[in-house]
Amino acid sequence: MESMLHITTLHYLVLGAALFLLGVLGVLTRRNVVIVLMSIELILNAVNLNLVAFSRLWGGVHGQVFAIFVITDAAAEAAVGLGILIAFFRNKETVNIDEVNLLKW
Amino acid sequence: MTPVATPFFFYLLSGIMLIGGILVITRKNPVHSALALIVTLLAQASIYLMLYAPFVAGVQIILYAGGIMVLFLFVIMLVSVERSMKERQFNSQWVVGMIAATALGGLFIAVYTKGTSIFPDHALSIVEDNNTQEVAKLLYGQYMFAFEIASLLLLVAIIGAVVMAKKRI
Repeated sequence: MESMLHITTLHYLVLGAALFLLGVLGVLTRRNVVIVLMSIELILNAVNLNLVAFSRLWGGVHGQVFAIFVITDAAAEAAVGLGILIAFFRNKETVNIDEVNLLKW
Repeated sequence: MTPVATPFFFYLLSGIMLIGGILVITRKNPVHSALALIVTLLAQASIYLMLYAPFVAGVQIILYAGGIMVLFLFVIMLVSVERSMKERQFNSQWVVGMIAATALGGLFIAVYTKGTSIFPDHALSIVEDNNTQEVAKLLYGQYMFAFEIASLLLLVAIIGAVVMAKKRI
């Protein structure tokens, strides 16, 4: 009970791990490309949470700067991913990721 | 400044984040998923505030909840979601996906139960009142090169998105 009420870095890391798992589960099991991209955003946010928690632990702002870089990458990834999604929808008339099977043996 | 009722707000915000995340990966309608993701991102911004990172919290709200999620909603409106909502929502490898995610969760539990001694449970004191200045000093000083590369990456992403989404170039 004492460890439940005293919030340490480990609590934030466990929350980040749970969020990461939800994102991985979404990427692996969903068929809708839009929701797969949203799950990737969940994964990136879990990583950001870990970075900011470590930044708090070691008393500097290096982790926060790195989190800002990760947010920049997430913006670039979302723009390109949604562009690919629009091109895919124009060709196949669907958003089902199982239809992306050109490389399948 | 001493934080007020930290455990209560931590568990409240964690609950909101996890429920939002579960809704993101289970809802049939992508618009509902996007709205749940916005709730998750806002709760995470509050958790950044609890970790004394106000600048990252502001960037999270403006850029993620304000920018990226609007892009997502815009694309959801552009593609037709009615047909995909009638289809099966989970692919045929969902059992393998569940097993892989469970294995990853077991790995996390093993690391975090065996490795607690790596993380000291006292946090160092952090400068609270000039957080934005500290971030800016690092961003325009030590991480100058990475900052320039990030702007180049954004330029490439803009060109890539236009090339991908355009009908003919």
